[in-house]
Amino acid sequence: MIDQFVIPLLKILIVLNATLVAVTYMVLLERKVIAWAQSRLGPMRVGPYGILQPVADAVKLMIKEDITPVKADRWVFTAAPIISMVPALIVYAVIPFGPTVSLFGRQVNLYVTDINVGLLYIVSVASVGVYGIILAGYASNSKYPLLASLRASAQLISYEVAVTLTLVSVILMSGSLSMVSIVRAQESGHVWYAFAQPLAFVIFFIGGLAETNRAPFDMPEAEQELTGGFHTEYSGMRFALFFLAEYANMIVVSSVATTLFLGGWLRPFPNVAALAFLDFIPAWTWFLIKSFVFLYIFIWVRATLPRYRYDQLMRLGWKVLIPLAIANLVVTGIVKVVFL
Amino acid sequence: MGEAIAFYFIAACILGFAVLVVTTKDTVHSVLFLVLDFLFVAALYVLLGAQFLAAIQILVYAGGIVVLYLFVVMLVNLKRPPEAHSDPRRKTQWGFALSVAVLVELAIVATREYVRPAPALAAASAALPVSGNTEEVGWLLYTSYLIPFEIASMLLLVAMIGAIILAKREL
Repeated sequence: MIDQFVIPLLKILIVLNATLVAVTYMVLLERKVIAWAQSRLGPMRVGPYGILQPVADAVKLMIKEDITPVKADRWVFTAAPIISMVPALIVYAVIPFGPTVSLFGRQVNLYVTDINVGLLYIVSVASVGVYGIILAGYASNSKYPLLASLRASAQLISYEVAVTLTLVSVILMSGSLSMVSIVRAQESGHVWYAFAQPLAFVIFFIGGLAETNRAPFDMPEAEQELTGGFHTEYSGMRFALFFLAEYANMIVVSSVATTLFLGGWLRPFPNVAALAFLDFIPAWTWFLIKSFVFLYIFIWVRATLPRYRYDQLMRLGWKVLIPLAIANLVVTGIVKVVFL
Repeated sequence: MGEAIAFYFIAACILGFAVLVVTTKDTVHSVLFLVLDFLFVAALYVLLGAQFLAAIQILVYAGGIVVLYLFVVMLVNLKRPPEAHSDPRRKTQWGFALSVAVLVELAIVATREYVRPAPALAAASAALPVSGNTEEVGWLLYTSYLIPFEIASMLLLVAMIGAIILAKREL
């Protein structure tokens, strides 16, 4: 009874709440880091160093008036923010935050579930998330959101191909689709896949930037040309849901990148006995540190690089990243058959 | 018991959404019902223990093909009055005949012993040298069903080349 219902429910509760808190603080972190990059202070008023800014933002967004345009497609307009938020959250079901630990005399896995098709589950759930953007643009019944949503969905579909191809080369290395087995394979293979598959790692990261609509690929919300993008007509909490979904997706991409390429919860050099003193840091902390590095790089890239033009973005996706990913896949396959 | 309830619930949802797909006036809504329909089909696969097929179903149909449908539906102007859709040369009786033929065919397949009982499937999967849903599907595709698999990939390749030629007549 406890193992079947109570513990999984507790885990889901903890993971969901931790994610939502992390998402709100990502917003603060982003504002702070970008402010520092531009020699500003960032939010300073609410709490010491602006630490309570997310709370103030949340209250503000919740008490704002919720407007639905008269000519909007009412049902779809309501459903779109939900459709973009839900996939971003349910992906966390298969992300392993740590190995099995004993807690209060009970063996607890530090992941909600480990399914045989874990990676495929992530890819397929993420592919449903694109509906949120398309439908938001369509249901607003307004030209700028529609244009932005068309751009966004074309971008997502294009980069999804490259990202999925890099995942296939990781699967070839690990021989499994289960997230836990992929981490285990990196442990027994004595290498993080970032070093075994550097090209796949780079393509995955670029594709991840594009799939989360982040700078330099934040086409869909190009303020100067599209007055804000697919969520122009949204206000209040529904707008906040799109915002939260974007940040939740960033955390998803960081966690997946950590699991696939940086050895998940493993400490550096997990098989070197001389570094065993590092084990005093719990495994899940390593996972969080590695994911945080990715999140920081996301923000850093946004503060550094200018936005791509739309045709450049499409050319990069189809003519550079996808051929490179296919070549990487073929080379991985040949190396695996001939040498291993 | 629980499995039967889940099955009948999912089956009812699949049929209900399928009816909504063809009866809804707004084309975009009808495409959205199609997505829901595909998601419930994936749920049915999960119920049958075919997680790999379920994930592929969502990835390819719900997440891929229907997005393209939605693109097309959004880009062509769909605010036409309903009478513009009716085609005077439409052969309704042929459609009915075809549906009946397919229905009869399905009934024959369902009643004959083509449908393997669950114990036989379990025995067959125990006989494979690999374990795990994905591994078993992969093993079967590349051993027993290699030729159908290759034919299907050839078909897709032909369709792809055809689409490129249609789109770019002067290469």
